[in-house]
Formats: sequence, C-alpha cells, structure tokens
Amino acid sequence: MTAAAISDSKRMALVGNPNSGKTALFNALTGSRQKVANYAGVTVERKEGVVTAPSGRVIQVLDLPGTYSLRARSPDEAVTRDAVLGRLTGEAPPDVIVCVADATNLRLVLRLALELKQVGRPFVLALNMYDIAQRQGLRIDLEGLSQAVGAPIVTTVATRKHGIEDLVVQAESLALTVPPTESTWREPTAAEIRAAHGEAQRIMKAHVRPAERPDTWTGRIDDVLLHPVGGLLILSTILFVMFQAVFAWASPAMDAIEAGFGWLGGMVASVTPDGLLRSLIVDGLIAGVGSVLVFLPQILIVFFFILLLEDSGYMARAAFLMDRLMGAAGLHGRAFIPLLSSHACAIPGVMAARVIDQKHDRLTTILIAPLMTCSARIPVYTLIIGAFIPDRTVWGIINLQGLVMFGLYASGIASGLIVAFVIRNVFWRTASEPFMMELPTYRLPDAGNLLRNLMQRAGVFISRAGRIILPLMVLVWVLSTFPYAPVGATGPAIDYSFAGMIGHAIEPFLAPIGFNWQMSIALVPGMAAREVAVAALGTVYAVGDVEGAGGATLSAILASQWSLASGLAVLAWYVFAPQCLPTLGVVKRETNGWLWPTVMFAYMFALAYLAAFITYRVSLAMGGG
Amino acid sequence: MTHTQSDPSARFLSDAMPGVRGVIVRVHPHEDARGALTVEELERRLLELGFVEGALVEVLHEGLFGHDPMAVRLDDRRVALRRREASAVEVAFEEAGL
Repeated sequence: MTAAAISDSKRMALVGNPNSGKTALFNALTGSRQKVANYAGVTVERKEGVVTAPSGRVIQVLDLPGTYSLRARSPDEAVTRDAVLGRLTGEAPPDVIVCVADATNLRLVLRLALELKQVGRPFVLALNMYDIAQRQGLRIDLEGLSQAVGAPIVTTVATRKHGIEDLVVQAESLALTVPPTESTWREPTAAEIRAAHGEAQRIMKAHVRPAERPDTWTGRIDDVLLHPVGGLLILSTILFVMFQAVFAWASPAMDAIEAGFGWLGGMVASVTPDGLLRSLIVDGLIAGVGSVLVFLPQILIVFFFILLLEDSGYMARAAFLMDRLMGAAGLHGRAFIPLLSSHACAIPGVMAARVIDQKHDRLTTILIAPLMTCSARIPVYTLIIGAFIPDRTVWGIINLQGLVMFGLYASGIASGLIVAFVIRNVFWRTASEPFMMELPTYRLPDAGNLLRNLMQRAGVFISRAGRIILPLMVLVWVLSTFPYAPVGATGPAIDYSFAGMIGHAIEPFLAPIGFNWQMSIALVPGMAAREVAVAALGTVYAVGDVEGAGGATLSAILASQWSLASGLAVLAWYVFAPQCLPTLGVVKRETNGWLWPTVMFAYMFALAYLAAFITYRVSLAMGGG
Repeated sequence: MTHTQSDPSARFLSDAMPGVRGVIVRVHPHEDARGALTVEELERRLLELGFVEGALVEVLHEGLFGHDPMAVRLDDRRVALRRREASAVEVAFEEAGL
C-alpha cells in the first residue's frame, strides 16, 4: 500500500442497542483521542474519536446514540438514522458501519442488523462482551451467523481491549473494498417488524445455542432491588448516602483547594506592588475562581454516583420503582433519569428529557428540571449552611449540616413534583405516553470508563469556570471597585461603587425577603450562574473589607453580618431561583422558542420570592432575627 | 371496547401476577391501551421491544402502588411496562401458573 493511499482517512460509525457496551467499545478503540461536541443544529451529543489502523491509516470513529431500530422516535435516534443513511447535514456519510451487539443478547440486535443490511453500506457485526457469552456456555456458530447476517463478525471484549485490532482491520478492509450501494431502507410497518422478528428467530435457532449457565445474578439482585417495599427503601438509602457523601467525602479535598488558592493569593500579593493590579488579580481573579473551583470535589462526587448507577444498570430499576410515584405527579417514569441528572446540572437534565417523546410529558419534565438541586447550588448551600447551621451530630450518627442539605434536596424534589402535578392537572390534561423500557443485565462498572467519563465532566466544569465565571468575576471586580470612595468617606469603599449603587437600588425590592445590599449585589452577576453569587459575595466582602473580619473566611463573615432569618431566606430563594442563563438558553434551544424559557423564568422567580418571603417572615417571628 | 380473543386459554398480560408465565399469542393494541400513541404506533413499539407472537413471557416483579408497573422476562431479556400497555398483549398462560 502506498503512503498516499494510507493518508486517505476513512470514517467508521458505531451503531447498537442501548446497553450493548457500545461506549466501552468506543473508548477501547479511541482511548483518549476523542472529543465531545454537538451535532450541527441539534443538541444531541456528538462523540468522535480517532484510531490508527495497523496499516497506518487514520480512521475517524463516530459513536452514535443507541437504538433498537432505525425507525427513529426521538431526536437522538433520528441522528443515528440520518448518520447511517448519510443524510445528516454537515456530516460525511460513514464508509463502514460497526453494529455493536451484546453477545449474550443477540435477538434484538439481529433485527437492527437486518435493517442495516438494507442501508447499502458495508458493516461489521461486533459481538461484544464475548467473554461473558463464553462463560455462560453460549455457543455461537460465527461462520453461519456471519453468512446469515451478510456481514463479517468480530468478537470483542471492549473492557479488556480484546479483538479491537481485528475489528479495525476488518472495518478498514470493508471500507476499502466494498462500495456503498443505493439504500432500500424505509420505515418498517408492524407486519414487517413481525417478519424481521421471525427472521431473527430463525437465525438464532440455526446458529446460536442457548447459554448452558445463563446469568442468574441479575434475577437474584432484582428480587431484592425491585422488591415493592424493600426496593423503594434501598433507593432512598442510596440517594441519602449520595447526598451525605457530597458533604462528608469532599471536605478534605475542598480544604486543600481552598488552602491552595489562599497560598496562591498570598504569593501573588507578596510579589506585586500594592495597587489596582494586585487588587484585580488577588481579590478579583484568584479569589473568584478559587471560590468556584473549590466545589469541584462535590460536583465530581455527584457525577460519580450518577455514572455508577447508569453503568451498573441500576438507573432503569430506579425508573421502574419511581414510575408510579412520578405518575401520581403527572410525570413519566422515564423522567426520573433526566431529573436525577439535573441534580448534577439542569443542562444535561433538560437534554436528557429527549428520551420522552410525548410533547407535554417532555415539557413538564423540562420545566421542573431546574428545581432539582444542581451542583451549582452546592456552593451557595455549603456557604450558608456552614455559616448558620452548627456542625454537630444529631440522633447519634447524622450530621446536622448534612441533614439540612438533604432537606434542601428534598424540598427541590417535592416542589418539582408539586409543580408537575399542577401543570398536568390544570394545564395539560392529556394522556401520557407509555412506560416501556429494557431492564439491562447488571454489570460491574468498568473503572477505566467511569474515570474517563468523570474526567470529561470535570473538564466541562473547569472550562466553564474559565470561560463564563472568570470574565464575570472581572466585571464584578470592576463594578465593585469603581468609582472610588470620596476622600474622608466613613463607610466601606464598595458602598460608593457601581455595584453598591445597583445593590442599593434593588435592595428595597429584596428587603421584604431579608436580603441586604451585599446579597442584592451578588444576585446581579449570579444571574449568569448560581455559583457566581458565592464568588461575588467573596469579592464584595473582600473588597468591602468588613471591620474586624480581616482574614476570616467568607462563611464566618456572613455569620457575623447576616441574621439567621436572612440566611434561611437565601437558602429558600435558591431552592427556586431561576438564576442560570445557560439553562434558559438550553431550554430555548430544546423547545424552539422563547415561550418556555420565559414561562420557566417567571414561575421560578415568583416561587423563589414567595418562598424566601415566607421563610424570612416565619424565622423572624420565631426569633431568628 | 371489547377484546376478541384468538385463543381460548389466552388472557391479557395485564391480568397476570408475579410468577405467572406463558407464550405470547397475540399483540393487539386497542383504544384503552394506547395512551398518547396511535394504536399502530403502540403495536410497533411493543414489537420492537420484543413483545412478539411466540415469545416466552414471565411476570417477575410489580410496583408497590396498584401493582404497577410490571417487570417481565421476555425470552432471555427483562423488560418493564405498565399494565395499561400490557393489556395489548395476549398470553397463553401455563396452567401451573394460574
């Protein structure tokens, strides 16, 4: 092969049923050579990577959303269909398709393979998790199966990187030797699906001998985890442990990050001359970024749990257990997954709502997704709880701060369910779509995959801190530094700045709910993202240089400056506060217009004000002033 | 609406309790089962998930409230669905399970 031929790269697309280990195979193929973006015009996550074949040829690998059929029912599945058919705008058609199959569960993927046959592009059938099939004593006549399907077969074990090179070589040779033909695929009717089932069944009978030792663990685990009462108790326990962990496990790492930024600030302060520049770097940049990055450990813990539940196969069980409860609130059982994701961030949550096809079910889920306690609220909650709730143990084992945190999470969920109930019983009284989903075989999550996904999430958070929060912190610093206080002024300098003016201007509106002007200032940049409010408070108080608070942490400053009632009002405000421009942006994109983001903003703002007002007044009446 | 049964021993999957098993004899969606979908669409979705004539089905678990939803073994896989949609699936149950 000449160097010129090798330099011509080929495109490979991965297609497969959900839970076929497709993403693990993608990771095994591309390793760290992958990037995550969106498809042009749609908010479907596009994962592409690169693998170099033994020949030296570069192959672009596209990981398409999982599907049972090319008959797309959701935007994700439509991307898979259009990419496979070469109809996706801005996307070159693949030279070869890899149909990823769970070797222990071939029946449904055979039907997908029969559909792929009609597409007219060469494809390889990758029998993944082949080690498990062998361990179960499942006998597959590879040659016969390959002939029946009309495609070469490669056996793989993605988690151990077995068969990966074979797969690449096989795909490369198909891409080079088999030219695409005209697609004859069209959406199958019920009768055609039945016929395809019959064909798949015939192939199964002829070439696959059932497992001698089928997996019995999944059944045994389900007997416990899907027990009507026990299952719900276990689910609550898992969620409770998750939220306790967010508090308890993260502390050492958070202390270290905080100390690191403190040290950095001190270092920079000692080498820069006193003046504007030092103030900008130390008070604006370092303090601002540090006060946000300090929450990285907690965000990683939330994502760790969500990824663990997804990879193990438990997430579908959680949806099963929650379906009726969610149904009582007018939600679809599948809404559990978007809503649980929203506990990390409302943006993936809103996007995950695409698994719900029915419009009203989906819109309801989107509207309440931001009520779930996202990780961006953790900084605010942590700060206020640290300042006002004593760190002690109640009832023997439970940390009081953790308990309050749990209460805040619970109020987010409860208010979400109530809002959904109101929407579905007052505004949209239409029938909901069916709840039907596969309960995948339990698997031990692969540490490598988990780590890779976690790192991707951390990367997104850090770059967000850099791109969005950093410029805002500079803006807040400018607003709170200029104009200078007049000579001989008695109040803190920030009182005379633009920030002070804005804060004072909106303070009358926020005074009834117990917010002072510093809090009012922090709410302005906090519109962009919730956690910015913490950084802004840090800047406001550091610049304001409160008498006698020199060197004290922000938490201690708040404890001395705010009343308990104000602190609790802020917590109540943040349960509902619509303060996240990126979320509103995603809702606009997902709903194709400004109507729903506007509705969302309005209702959340009203609830936030009301909740803070009630909390403040009740706390005052109970002596919390 | 009334359902016409194609097999005298057939019953609806929606009536089955955990432990009961049988063979699917007919997938026949009707107005009461379809919810927000069309009858045709519900039929295709049931088929795509593996509810097809001839498949072995066994009820494994059910939810705490109103016995809903239900988890069934479908050939060698596990699938969850609500009883409303399960009423579109007719099953010839084994005598021992009744």
